[in-house]
Amino acid sequence: MTIELSLFFLLALIAMLAAGGMLLSRNAVYSALFLIVNFATVAVFFLLLGAPFIAMAQVTVYAGAIMVLFLFVIMLLGAERLRQKSVLPWQAPLAVVLGIVLLVEAGVVIVTRGLGAPPPALSETAAAGFGGPQAIGASLFTTYLLPFEVTSVLLLAAMVGAIVLTRDEKGKSQIPNSKSQTGK
Amino acid sequence: MIDWTLILEWFIKAAISCFVLLTGFAYMTFAERKVAALLQVRIGPNRAGPGGFFQPVADGIKLIFKEEFIPGGADKVIFMIAPIITVIPALIILGVVPWGPTVTLFGRKILLGITDLNVGILYILSVASIAVYGIVLAGWSSNNKYAMLGGLRSTAQMVSYELSLGLAIVGPLLLAGSMSLGDIVNAQSKLPFILLQPVAALVFYVAALAEVNRAPFDMPEAEQELTAGYHTEYSGMKFALFFMAEYIKMIGVSAIFTTLFLGGWRGPFADLGAPQLPAAFPEPLVQFVGGLDLGLLGLIYFWAKVAASLFFMIWLRSTHPRLRYDRLMALGWKVMLPLALANVMVTAAALVSPVAFWIIIGVLVVVVAAYLAGRVGLAVRGT
Repeated sequence: MTIELSLFFLLALIAMLAAGGMLLSRNAVYSALFLIVNFATVAVFFLLLGAPFIAMAQVTVYAGAIMVLFLFVIMLLGAERLRQKSVLPWQAPLAVVLGIVLLVEAGVVIVTRGLGAPPPALSETAAAGFGGPQAIGASLFTTYLLPFEVTSVLLLAAMVGAIVLTRDEKGKSQIPNSKSQTGK
Repeated sequence: MIDWTLILEWFIKAAISCFVLLTGFAYMTFAERKVAALLQVRIGPNRAGPGGFFQPVADGIKLIFKEEFIPGGADKVIFMIAPIITVIPALIILGVVPWGPTVTLFGRKILLGITDLNVGILYILSVASIAVYGIVLAGWSSNNKYAMLGGLRSTAQMVSYELSLGLAIVGPLLLAGSMSLGDIVNAQSKLPFILLQPVAALVFYVAALAEVNRAPFDMPEAEQELTAGYHTEYSGMKFALFFMAEYIKMIGVSAIFTTLFLGGWRGPFADLGAPQLPAAFPEPLVQFVGGLDLGLLGLIYFWAKVAASLFFMIWLRSTHPRLRYDRLMALGWKVMLPLALANVMVTAAALVSPVAFWIIIGVLVVVVAAYLAGRVGLAVRGT
């Protein structure tokens, strides 16, 4: 067994334990922390696959930015303790059944088809700089320019939308105040 | 095949890096008190050892023997791991910063610095974004309202200033055309980027101060409002770990500032390699001088620049009052972020062509003028 393969199994174990911990913990803060561990492990998977840029983006965006906001909201709302019983009692058994179906499906495919040829080793396929920032930037701004621009416009619209929504509320609450102030 | 000597080299370099940072932390606390005393015309600590030199040792021993207290109702697991989560990002953030050029030591080419990644800047940003967790978890797990407020404040502050920090880094990145910090240092062989990117340097320095929660931005631990903020409930070595993280982060951001804007390890003669004396000199002298790689000078330049930046931080702390929280957020979002964005646009335009540069400058002037006119109009109408 090569080092990469053993690393893969170790990381896969950590990722699965973290995912299970996220689902099973009763405290929402613990769930969020397990999810962060999971994201970090996925980032290491990307590193193993020779994609450092995506690995770092994974840590910065998911583990760093998004999960901080999750934790922020959980802590601000005091929603860390799950007190009431689940409102969807049929959900857990259904999830178990569907999970078993998926596992069986995957097993059948593997048994009938086999795992297929192993993917070529990284050094053969990867040119120098593969997965690096320059290669990703070059393909983003040439081949995938249109999707990239469309995504940026979408994000801009979401940002403007968020600002407009919050400002609108503020404006409404301020109108009576300003009137009462001018009235005085 | 695994090159074990390479792994040994990395291991030694990482150990040296940790050692330097931890010793640096101990003597930063000493330097902070001494420099603050200097600026406030006091004497400062002078009892332990000559000139108070062993003060950090005394402090460390005191903290080790203090009682470690876990408040009732605290979340014990997270309370224990929060200081660790705070220290680790501080220790590993310097992993991609070059301390010097590649030198020949013991017949082996060794890069001074742990490694040089082609995504070095992204690595720094991702480690910086992880650093928030320790503080916010410490605040939450203490089961204390002051600590909780300190933790939430720090999250908001660090997330806000991370944007300006990231955008300020884009300036040097565009000029160097690479995310590797080694390449960025090499691109500064003629001029350090602080001369080409003064706005980015200013924004970076201020945002870095906010990012490491230093005065005048030490909101998360504003003692008049929050007792001690997120580490109110911490005592003994756990408190010392937060203290350690703060000072190591100061060293870290100073090192990154040095690398991005002050030319890193560059200085006179540092990139010449081993000098060759003429054969007229005696043979042992030629041998000896040939063995001295001038790249080692880079280490001195690098740490001298870092020390200057650290001195400036202490100076700022002992001369400026703390900002009010809303002013801090307003500064981050309404001043720093637009400045950093404008700097990115101007730099990018200047790299494309002079015409684009002047167009962007014109657009920015019109926008700023319109904004100021709007402000004046509002002021005139009295709203």
